[in-house]
Amino acid sequence: MSSLPAIELKGIDKKFGAVHANKTIDLTVAKGSIHGIIGENGAGKSTLMSILYGFYQADSGEIRVNGQPVHIKDSQAAIAAGIGMVHQHFMLVENFSVLENIMLGAEGGALLSKGVSHTRSALKRLEEDYGLEVDPDAIIEELPVGLQQRVEILKALYRGADILILDEPTGVLTPAEADHLFKILGMLRDQGKTILLITHKLREIMAITDTVSVMRRGEMVATRTTSQTTVEELAELMVGRRVLLHVDKGEANPGAIVLSVKNLTVKDGRGVTMVDNVSFDVRAGEIVGIAGVAGNGQSELLEALSGIRKPHAGEILIDGKPIDKVDPARLRELGLAHIPEDRHHMGLVLKFDEAENSILGYHRDARYGRGPMLDLKAVEKDAIAKIEKYDIRPPNPHLKTANFSGGNQQKIVVAREIERDPRLMLVGQPTRGVDVGAIEFIHRRIISMRDAGKAILLVSVELDEIRSLSDRILVMFAGHIVGEKTADAGEQTLGLMMAGIAA
Amino acid sequence: MSTASVPLPNWITYGLLPLINLVVAFLISGLVVWFIGEDPIQAVTLMLQGALGRGEGIGFTLFYATNFIFTGLSVAVAIHAGLFNIGSEGQAYLGGLGCALVALALDNYVPWYVTMPFAVIGAGLFGAAWAFIPAWLQAKRGSHVVITTIMFNFIGSALMVYLLVNVLIVPGKMAPETRTFLPGGTLPDLGWLIALFGGKIGAAPFNVSFLIALVMSFVVWVLIWRTKLGYEIRTLGISPSAAVYAGIPYSRTVIVAMLLSGAMAGMMALNVVMGQSQRLQVEFVGGAGFVGIAVSLMGRNHPFGIILASILFGVLYQGGTELSFDMPNITRDMIVVIQGLVILFAGALEYMFRPAMVRAYQKFVKA
Ligand SMILES: Nc1ncnc2c1ncn2[C@@H]1O[C@H](COP(=O)(O)OP(=O)(O)OP(=O)(O)O)[C@@H](O)[C@H]1O
Ligand SMILES: [Mg+2]
Repeated sequence: MSSLPAIELKGIDKKFGAVHANKTIDLTVAKGSIHGIIGENGAGKSTLMSILYGFYQADSGEIRVNGQPVHIKDSQAAIAAGIGMVHQHFMLVENFSVLENIMLGAEGGALLSKGVSHTRSALKRLEEDYGLEVDPDAIIEELPVGLQQRVEILKALYRGADILILDEPTGVLTPAEADHLFKILGMLRDQGKTILLITHKLREIMAITDTVSVMRRGEMVATRTTSQTTVEELAELMVGRRVLLHVDKGEANPGAIVLSVKNLTVKDGRGVTMVDNVSFDVRAGEIVGIAGVAGNGQSELLEALSGIRKPHAGEILIDGKPIDKVDPARLRELGLAHIPEDRHHMGLVLKFDEAENSILGYHRDARYGRGPMLDLKAVEKDAIAKIEKYDIRPPNPHLKTANFSGGNQQKIVVAREIERDPRLMLVGQPTRGVDVGAIEFIHRRIISMRDAGKAILLVSVELDEIRSLSDRILVMFAGHIVGEKTADAGEQTLGLMMAGIAA
Repeated sequence: MSTASVPLPNWITYGLLPLINLVVAFLISGLVVWFIGEDPIQAVTLMLQGALGRGEGIGFTLFYATNFIFTGLSVAVAIHAGLFNIGSEGQAYLGGLGCALVALALDNYVPWYVTMPFAVIGAGLFGAAWAFIPAWLQAKRGSHVVITTIMFNFIGSALMVYLLVNVLIVPGKMAPETRTFLPGGTLPDLGWLIALFGGKIGAAPFNVSFLIALVMSFVVWVLIWRTKLGYEIRTLGISPSAAVYAGIPYSRTVIVAMLLSGAMAGMMALNVVMGQSQRLQVEFVGGAGFVGIAVSLMGRNHPFGIILASILFGVLYQGGTELSFDMPNITRDMIVVIQGLVILFAGALEYMFRPAMVRAYQKFVKA
């Protein structure tokens, strides 16, 4: 192994207006290692990586790759320096095929046909080498999020990256998929590639990284050799206080049935049956978790229950009454709140101000203005209250939502939906991309809602989350509910059911 | 990508950058003028003098600007809902029918200020009605408004010619136009406003419609940024999937936005039909609907920007007309070329200078 580090950052500084996202950051990443970066939401991790990848320019500071000072003025320069990136928010053209996305920017010549066949065979090789299987002709928007991410990884590998940056790659993966990804990362490291991994999951940090650096409020506060640190120490370094890594919850007190689903069948845009004749109830004061590998119908189930997608057959009853009109606005009137799985496409309008997003779906409420008018003062006041309560950073209701960090965007959605004090809440991936401190907070909020007698349906690909929050667990596989377990079911058992193997 | 996300202060985004675009457009126009053997400096001087030099010129400039404010607002309202309404031209044409019918019905009985509100409603209603079918087809059938509104421009044009030639024409006359309205059916000029600044309006048809246009600009601003409907329109325009999530009804929002858009276009007719010619004539819209697209683009779909852009295009129209009188080499078509360059730089290439500006700004901030 050569002695020169793969990456050296010296005094990297970056401001966005008043927000000081990176404060004179120093970082050294050894060649052929997996280096983790952790930190609270908004700590500046993505910004730092974006600087390394040429999306942003540092205001000052120096970047060295393999000992050579480089000026990374755009992502082309980053790729030329051998740096590849898998973004927190995918950068894929949604209506292009997998193949087209991988080729994009590397078409090789004016005529496509040669590039296409070349890419196809290269893709095949990559797939075989790393077991990253994906249909090259599938259209991105029709792929589940998990597969979309594979495409992102393939894209970086296809460009011959030596240094691979992954920004929260496992946010959307199941434990099994994540394990698979880590196997790949391990393989890449053994081949001498250097990997920078951002994640909020300390377990992953412990499992896969060699070294870990901690950021807090724009500063690099610590770097540790992974084998010589603990999850508790890291959590404390990140948040600056002790964090409870496991939620305590009392016994559930289930009351009357609030949501009742009867023989529900849902088809997706292509007419494929995604939810097949599913029936279950959710009672007041209980959390029902739906476990399953991404793409087994949970998303479509949530969409149908929230009125976004028309069910093909079956019935949805609230308080024992069939819903007259399955429409998101009507369901909200009936006391339903919905934290959607995909905050970027559903939960938020990224071009809106934070305050505007904090009323999305509830904008017709009298509290946000009388009659047809929107009372901006009231909206702002409401937004500020939520910002304070949920510690959304930066605390600026007029900042464009796209400029919030991923975890803070999620908090905007969670705050909006929980603060409605609904009777029934559909929760999809509530802590995707959220830091440990905030996970603790959001989990507590969900449990206190349960204790206040709300009915909660939780969909998450995080098995840990399902297990620690749910009172009952339904396992979904291939559109069916293949079994019900109590909260103390073992990971092993659930894992097998999720794979469709045993009931 | 790397510079697109860097925030710039508003005065740069909305002030300096458009100004630079404009200056570049004029420099290139100057080259063209110089190329055909005229003196660019003199041309600009003549143009500005023609448009802004005397009260009459200003009157004409603002008269044209009034047309563009209405059609610009029309395009902007639709764009906020994510709809590209190319049909402002036809909607304005039909709006003319609306206000003409009101004027013909009332001018004999009441003074102009009684007719005016009805005329505003008539023009708006007819414009909106002409937008309704494309809106409905988009909302329920998914037929693209770009296509349907273009078609409706042609249908509207044919319909109006038919009506003017066969129905509304004054018996015994050759010209396809209605009778001239009596004073009760016209909108008075704003000579006093020009006089306030020490000018004389002369023959310029600058009239009360200008004030209506300003009021409508304010109304549109309130509608888009201060009402729940505006919130829904913007949500739908930016993120249709978030609109579904939020329970914003697609069909209703699309139709309402298009009706409002059509109404704005329709009101443009007040300016020409009741303010200027005081009768309904064929082809009175004269392309103002299409200029509205450029105006809205340039004004960043914001009413205030639209007013400024409209005045700029008013200057180009009026100044251009004067210029073609004084410099015979510079024909009407040359003027269109210059207007096209302005649209190109201020609209289509609006982000061309942004990366450089970002770099300069960052250097400036660091220093
Ligand atoms: N383009 C931008 N304009 C303004 N502020 C920005 C922009 N991008 C990021 N920020 C701000 O910079 C800070 C750091 O953001 P960054 O995305 O790097 O956080 P992060 O550590 O990746 O957080 P998360 O874990 O939530 O993804 C945040 O306060 C964010 O709001
Ligand atoms: Mg981030």
